[in-house]
Amino acid sequence: MAVISENGANTRNLITRLWSNRETRSVIIQIVTLTVIFATLAFIFRNVVINLDARGKEFNFDFLFHPAAYDITFSPFIEYSSRSTHLRAAVVGILNTLLVAACGIVLATLLGFIMGILRLSSNWIVNRTVYCFLEFTRNVPVLLHILFVHGLIVIQLPVPKKAVNLADSFFLTNRGFFIPKPVWESGSGLVAVVLLISIAFVVLFKRWAKKAQDSTGRVYPVLGISTGVIVGATALAFLAADMPLSWNIPELRGFNFSGGIAIKPEFIALWLALSYYTSSFIAEIVRGGILAISHGQTEAAHALGLRPNRTLQLIIIPQALRVIVPPLASQYLNLTKNSSLAIAIGYMDVVATVGGITLMQTGKEMETMIIVLLTYLVFSLIISGFMNLYNKKMALVER
Amino acid sequence: MKNRLLEFVVAVSAVALLSVTTTAGAGTLEDVKKRGVLRCVVSTGVAGFAYPDKSGVWKGFDIDFCRATAAAVLGDSKKIKAVTSTGKTRFTKLNANEGDVLWRNTTITFSRDVGVKLRFHGVNYYDGQGFMVNKKLGVKSAKELNGASICIQTGTTTELNLADYFHANGMKYEAVPIETNDEARQNYVGGRCDVYTTDASGLAATRSTFSDPNNHIILPEIISKEPLGPATRHGDDQWSDIVTWVYYATVTAEEKGVTQANVDKMKSSKDPEILRLLGVEGAQGKELGLSKDWAYNIIKQIGNYGEIFERNIGVKTPIGLSRGLNDLWTRGGLQYAPPFR
Ligand SMILES: N[C@@H](CCC(=O)N[C@@H](CS)C(=O)NCC(=O)O)C(=O)O
Repeated sequence: MAVISENGANTRNLITRLWSNRETRSVIIQIVTLTVIFATLAFIFRNVVINLDARGKEFNFDFLFHPAAYDITFSPFIEYSSRSTHLRAAVVGILNTLLVAACGIVLATLLGFIMGILRLSSNWIVNRTVYCFLEFTRNVPVLLHILFVHGLIVIQLPVPKKAVNLADSFFLTNRGFFIPKPVWESGSGLVAVVLLISIAFVVLFKRWAKKAQDSTGRVYPVLGISTGVIVGATALAFLAADMPLSWNIPELRGFNFSGGIAIKPEFIALWLALSYYTSSFIAEIVRGGILAISHGQTEAAHALGLRPNRTLQLIIIPQALRVIVPPLASQYLNLTKNSSLAIAIGYMDVVATVGGITLMQTGKEMETMIIVLLTYLVFSLIISGFMNLYNKKMALVER
Repeated sequence: MKNRLLEFVVAVSAVALLSVTTTAGAGTLEDVKKRGVLRCVVSTGVAGFAYPDKSGVWKGFDIDFCRATAAAVLGDSKKIKAVTSTGKTRFTKLNANEGDVLWRNTTITFSRDVGVKLRFHGVNYYDGQGFMVNKKLGVKSAKELNGASICIQTGTTTELNLADYFHANGMKYEAVPIETNDEARQNYVGGRCDVYTTDASGLAATRSTFSDPNNHIILPEIISKEPLGPATRHGDDQWSDIVTWVYYATVTAEEKGVTQANVDKMKSSKDPEILRLLGVEGAQGKELGLSKDWAYNIIKQIGNYGEIFERNIGVKTPIGLSRGLNDLWTRGGLQYAPPFR
């Protein structure tokens, strides 16, 4: 008896001792946390295995190499037909997601910065108009925006036979916007090479100009010279190569326009809706970022004799960006994830292709969803990676 | 020490987890009886097949079969819950046990049976894929559709047949993928597509909801076989038997002339098969795990196959489908039930 109780007391003693020691306590906490994580993972994994087994399903990705058998009409980057594999269909979907996310991020940033700055305008009408627009867009779910823009295009614009015709080369219809497609002919290689060389030159020149400014204080008209070089040199090359460019003009043939570039209503609707929706959040971030810079900075810059736009360029914006960039990143992530609403209007993104039709036709729920999730995960990691890099570059360099 | 401890804890928790016996889901029949409601996966809305009427009550051909199943299992055709699903999500919903049975113009195919692991239970509607166009286009045949924009519902056999058909005929088209029948209708009417293609029954149903149904024609080509029927999950044979024989009961009743109106009188019929069907003789209900008047309840509350057909989609309804292939085998159709014996 005595032995046992002594033992019990010892154990209790040991636990209290371990717990009151900071180091061992942290080890214990880590072990417990890890156990919980492992247990959860094991539980989920086991659940999946049991359920798949109960349904008689196997977990494998073989289906990716079988013909998809469905058509995707919007595949701007790679060839795709219904005879292609599910893998290729997945790639088309991923690229389409990438396309709309990238275009959306660019436009949303542009609109967001413009509106954010306009929100600070001293002009009451401008200020209020932008304010109303922002409040409206931010408070309506993005899905409704997407359906709204798509509905506008499909219902308001004319059918191809009655297309809005701009200069016989641009056509607006409810089946999309048709624009001329550049066709590069022989000799265009020269133009491309010249363009690349002039860009390289401009980059070097910029570096040199900055160094020169740092050491001598002389300011060179970098922007003017750069544009001049790029445009001038390319134009000369273009002329020298006998204008190796022609246009493939869309024309109405049968039911639809053919030739040219077709920008589908589904893409336009998704792109515009995601962009202006997200831009309304970005505008507020930008406004907040600019307001965060104390007015004393502007006054100090003016006192040094800097002109107002130089002040904005050299003093305010660089500092404001430090406040703006981190929340901007999360808006970019939101936009990318919101693009999965594409299916609502039939834009063939990764959810609509692998996560939709392929899932449905093959019954591989687990496998296809893993592909979709990984796609978004990778996109998100890339975006945060870039933003972190940028953030590091922009962060205050303290001396 | 840390590693050893960690291993130990992980091992213990894993064993504990593994030893948790799976509460092997009781059969679907028990679940439904316990719940007192039958959950049917149905479409989001197709006139004549599955749609909520003005007061929100679900009506239609598919719904009536769902109700017939509820009448057989629960004795009350009102005890149903419509779990709506698009073409794309229907099997996932069924497999994730959000519904007990799928009655939703679904084509039986090899990959759905074998790959998606569904059980199919006979064909309650023989269909085929057709094309609908506006008469204004002057199109007379599907072979003239090269270059057209075509609205399709994603996740259906429709989009696969379409791809095959155009590929085989060397024609091109713009696929406009859409999730629900209603959105497809809007896009077709709004002119986003020249053509709407789906099961011919679905075309007739959709056309009946237009403000100008006469301006649209269904082209003569039927490009596929679409045997539509109910589906359940793999691995529940008893439940599968029930769904199968609910459908057969409606067909047998029509063949034997048992109707909603005369079913009570038929209980004293001289035909032994009718007596077995209606549970007057034999123990078929018990063998299915149901009450002995399971089929009587179906006929009494919902009617036989022909009555279900005519009431929802027949020639006297706005959908206006004739029996055609779906007539009884005795009248040259394909509806044929194995004997109740
Ligand atoms: N039978 C085909 C097509 C079924 C289908 O999608 N039909 C359409 C129109 S008939 C539908 O049910 N739509 C209902 C909805 O939109 O929820 C299949 O099983 O894949």
